Amino acid sequence: MIEARDRQLLEHIQLGLPVCSRPYAEIGQLCDMPETEVIERLTRLKQQGLIKRMGVIVKHRQLGYRANAMIVWNVPDNLIKQLGGHISRFSFVTLCYQRPKQPEWPYNLYCMIHGKDKSTVLSQLEQLIDACGLSGFDQEILFSNRCFKQRGAIYQRAAHADVRATLVAQQPETAHIVGD
Amino acid sequence: MDEIDKQIINALQDGFPICDAPYRQVAAQLRLTEQELIDRLKALLDNGTLTRFGPLYNAEQMGGALTLAAVKAPKQRFDEITDIINAFPEVAHNYARSHELNMWFVIATETPEQIQQTINAIEQQTGLTVYNMPKNKEYFVNLKLEA
Repeated sequence: MIEARDRQLLEHIQLGLPVCSRPYAEIGQLCDMPETEVIERLTRLKQQGLIKRMGVIVKHRQLGYRANAMIVWNVPDNLIKQLGGHISRFSFVTLCYQRPKQPEWPYNLYCMIHGKDKSTVLSQLEQLIDACGLSGFDQEILFSNRCFKQRGAIYQRAAHADVRATLVAQQPETAHIVGD
Repeated sequence: MDEIDKQIINALQDGFPICDAPYRQVAAQLRLTEQELIDRLKALLDNGTLTRFGPLYNAEQMGGALTLAAVKAPKQRFDEITDIINAFPEVAHNYARSHELNMWFVIATETPEQIQQTINAIEQQTGLTVYNMPKNKEYFVNLKLEA
C-alpha cells in the first residue's frame, strides 16, 4: 500500500520533472510539501525500487536505433539463471527476461537488442551466442516491423475517493526506450 | 543534436540526482553551466528527441500487473486484428514482428486479475488464441543507448 503523500508526489511527477534550477522545490509547491520532504520521499521510493529509474526517456529511433530484435531461446531450467545473468551484462542488451514456455512456443529466455541496423544487431547477437555458449539451444530472432501503439505513463485514480488510487506505469517491457 | 547534446543524453540516462540543485550537479560533471544544461534539455524535449524526463515506475510495486502477449494474426485479417487489439486501453505497446506469432503486445492493468480478463476479451473479439508470456524473472540490465 502506497502512502497517500507518496502517491500524491508520484502523480505530480509522472509526466516529467520540472526543468528549472530547483525542480524538487517546484514539485513541493504543487504538492504543498517542503522541498526536503520531496527529496526524502523520492530518495526512499527510488531505494525501494518503486521508482525504477529517474532520468531521460529517449526515442531510440531519433538516436538512430532502427533495428529492434527480440531473441528467444529454449534453455534448460538449471542453466537459465546463469545464462540470463551473463546475457544481461552485455551493454547492447536492452532487456532480458525469463518467461514460461508455452505448448507451441517452447522458449523461456528472452532478450532484446536495439541497434543502429540489422547487420549490427546480428553481429552483436553472434558475439552474445559465442560468449554465453548459447549456440546449442533452440533460438528464434524476431525483428519488429512496425510499431502500432505506444503510449506513455498514465496515472489512473479510482473513481471512488475511498478506493485506493492506482498508479499504473504504462511503460512496461520496453519502458525506457520508445518509438520503435 | 551536437556532441554536447549527446553527452547530456548519455549522462542523464545514468540517472538524475535527487537533491536540491540536481541540474547544477549534472552540469558540473559535464562542464556546463546550469543554465546551459537547462536550456539544452528544454530544447531536446521541445524538439521531440527526448520523450520524457522523469521517473519510470515499477508497475508491479504500484499494485498493477503486466504481461507480454502475442497472437498469430492471419495476413488477410491483420489490419482488423491490429485495430481490435489497439482499441483495448489495457494494451500499452503493440509491435508487428517477423514470425508466425506476428503481433506482440504488452498488457498493463491496474490489478493482476484484469490481465486474464483482458486476454479473454481479446480472444473473444479476435477469435485467436492469445499466448500469454508473463515474466518469471527480469535480469537487471544497465540500459543505456549511446547517443
